[in-house]
Amino acid sequence: MSRLPITKTPKVYVGGAFIRSESARVFPIRDAVGHFFANIPQCTRKDLRNAVEAAAKAGPGWAKRTAYNRGQILYRLGEMLEARAAEMIEALAMGASSPRIRAAAAREVTATVDRLIYYAGWADKYEQVLGNVNPVAAPYFNFTVTEPMGVIGVIAPDAAPLLGLVSLLAPAIVSGNTVVALASESQPYAAILLGEMLATSDLPGGVVNLLTGFRKEIVPTFATHTHLRAVSGVATADERKALKLGAAESVKRTHLLKAEEKTDWFADRAQSLEAIHDTLEFKTTWHPIGA
Amino acid sequence: MPTLAAGKKQTPRRQGRPAPELIFGDLWTYDPAPETADPKLKKRYELFINGRFVAPKSGKYFSSINPANEQKLAEIALADRADVDAAYRAAKKAYDTTWGKMPGAERAKYLFRIARLLQDRAREFAVAETMDGGKPIKESRDFDVPMAAAHFFYHAGWADKLDYVAPGRRIAPLGVVGQVIPWNFPLLMCAWKLAPALAMGNCVVLKPAETTSITALKLAEIIQDAGLPPGVVNIVTGAGETGAAVMGHPIPAKVAFTGSTEVGKIIMRSLAGTDKKMTMELGGKAANIIFDDAPLDQAVEGIINGIFFNQGHVCCAGSRLLVHEPVADRVIAKLKQRMKVLRVGDPLDKNTDVGAINSKEQLARITALVKSGVKEGAEMFQPACTLPAKGWYFPPTIFSGVSMSHRIAREEIFGPVLSILTFRTPEEAVEKANNTAYGLSAGVWTDKGSRILKMSTELKAGVVWANTYNKFDPTSPFGGYKESGFGREGGRQGLLDYCRLV
Repeated sequence: MSRLPITKTPKVYVGGAFIRSESARVFPIRDAVGHFFANIPQCTRKDLRNAVEAAAKAGPGWAKRTAYNRGQILYRLGEMLEARAAEMIEALAMGASSPRIRAAAAREVTATVDRLIYYAGWADKYEQVLGNVNPVAAPYFNFTVTEPMGVIGVIAPDAAPLLGLVSLLAPAIVSGNTVVALASESQPYAAILLGEMLATSDLPGGVVNLLTGFRKEIVPTFATHTHLRAVSGVATADERKALKLGAAESVKRTHLLKAEEKTDWFADRAQSLEAIHDTLEFKTTWHPIGA
Repeated sequence: MPTLAAGKKQTPRRQGRPAPELIFGDLWTYDPAPETADPKLKKRYELFINGRFVAPKSGKYFSSINPANEQKLAEIALADRADVDAAYRAAKKAYDTTWGKMPGAERAKYLFRIARLLQDRAREFAVAETMDGGKPIKESRDFDVPMAAAHFFYHAGWADKLDYVAPGRRIAPLGVVGQVIPWNFPLLMCAWKLAPALAMGNCVVLKPAETTSITALKLAEIIQDAGLPPGVVNIVTGAGETGAAVMGHPIPAKVAFTGSTEVGKIIMRSLAGTDKKMTMELGGKAANIIFDDAPLDQAVEGIINGIFFNQGHVCCAGSRLLVHEPVADRVIAKLKQRMKVLRVGDPLDKNTDVGAINSKEQLARITALVKSGVKEGAEMFQPACTLPAKGWYFPPTIFSGVSMSHRIAREEIFGPVLSILTFRTPEEAVEKANNTAYGLSAGVWTDKGSRILKMSTELKAGVVWANTYNKFDPTSPFGGYKESGFGREGGRQGLLDYCRLV
């Protein structure tokens, strides 16, 4: 007689812990052939607020880590994903047997590892490229440095649910921001598994918080939550308008890609110094030069 | 002659005792020292569209008033939607036909020219600026006008070096941009907005504030003299409705706004459904933090400069003084003493320290907030000073015993009013300084280098002045965190907000 396998109960990774939605709601997802696969937490506005709180708590400590240390932790995350690549490919392919789908999933996983390594390498360099000393016309030492904004909201795309998510969150956390991300609504399982990898990657709890659920329930709170200092992600025209309207209330920064336009997450353009810059503030300090 | 006195008893000056006080008050009067250069004002200013001064389509004009004596200086054209539209079409045409195609090295020469022509007419501009806005002539002469020229000169040199702005990426101008600027530094804000936009290759429609349009339109004369192609810079004048037309027009790829956080949010909401890029330079409520080891006399000068510069009409004004408890009494005593010798009055007098409040409305707002300070129980001090009978003036004012919940500790007053709070530990200072929705600037005064760097790191503000305050430079990026806005002006970073990656 064949053994009945133990299936995993998907939980979201928030504040360094694996939790279910405070609402106790779930929604079912199906595998590639249409069979029941698992129940995914259907997170709420309150889950988002709790996640923002966890992210805010983790922020100062993460920002104080040395750039070298943050770089190593991002690299470690790449190591974790590489080591568990087969499992992640399964999570993306969801049991599909088509070689084309499996190859696409494999390509997405390796591109995601490479993306993490790319941003890991920037950790102790972006400052040298973005900041500088300014030759003011008076006896002052004047320099401009970057600082992380704080808690960043990330809204992940459905296309490339893993690569898109990581391409949005990695450039935010590399500089010391913390992130609250909403995973793809249609393909949330990769984010569930990513949470498990984050938990074993030396990344302090609360630096990345991953929620699953329905966009129409959660996106409005991304718009209005005043502790989110910026929102990056992919959004429809209506969502973009709602996000920008909400952003006006607390002068929040928005960096939104259009859901109706195809974004090539595999392209070189999908990783950049500018993506890091998007969640940074410039700070300029003056000091007199004298005896 | 002046007399020396130290409180009630004659004692030698020592640590911990109040410094001897120079009492001038009744002994001397000052002779007037008016600046007499001719501001060369016209009776009527038209809109500057497509390289020419043109009458507004509606035929309407409004008066520009000298806040120092409430007299009318000139009448200014009121631009409506149709005028704004004409300005944008001129800008678009200029971008498509001349400016957008011109090599950077040639664009640079125009900007260098503007800088030089502005330097040539510096005194004339300074007098016009002071008459139009009410700021002391020594500030418009020594700060506003030379700094405006410096901004054009600095950005001119970038125009052919744009490959170095964003390393590793090719950049291009945005096209046409709309800009709306405030009344506190009318000419300087023109320069801050125009210079980087033009250096990057954009064409501009700019609207100055309705109370201070004159120097922008005088700058248009210089732009004409410099031979800038028609339509590259268009200046439309008017109040809020004109501003809304400039912000809401479909042509500009980006709008830049400097002004209050309240209006900034309105603009953000109005553009929520569009793809327009934005930069916002909004309000502030800066903390100026004085530690017990600070050089106190210099710090007091910094506090005075921080809050009374330009009558406190400065978004980055050091309007919340946070004093370390052990030195609070001494600092406040020194501050009061220093305030007694501030000269408030005729802005055109070369010895005036604090000039006229820009408008009647602003004076009413300052007065209301000061009343709330008294009502909420803070202790007010104003030095004895005679204000001119005509014009809008407000005496330098400080409040001690202020708590974080007072309106005067939370709301931007935009006037010569300082709120004083105290702290015991650096952590408390940071906590109080950051406990605001704003995040434009901050000041730190201490002798300890490591403390400066730590404070500078922990203060959520775009500009930190350590052992100095209110310093500006074209090479130095300026702009805020949080509700003080986004984007930077000045320096290499400022140019990033006027380009797109290709």
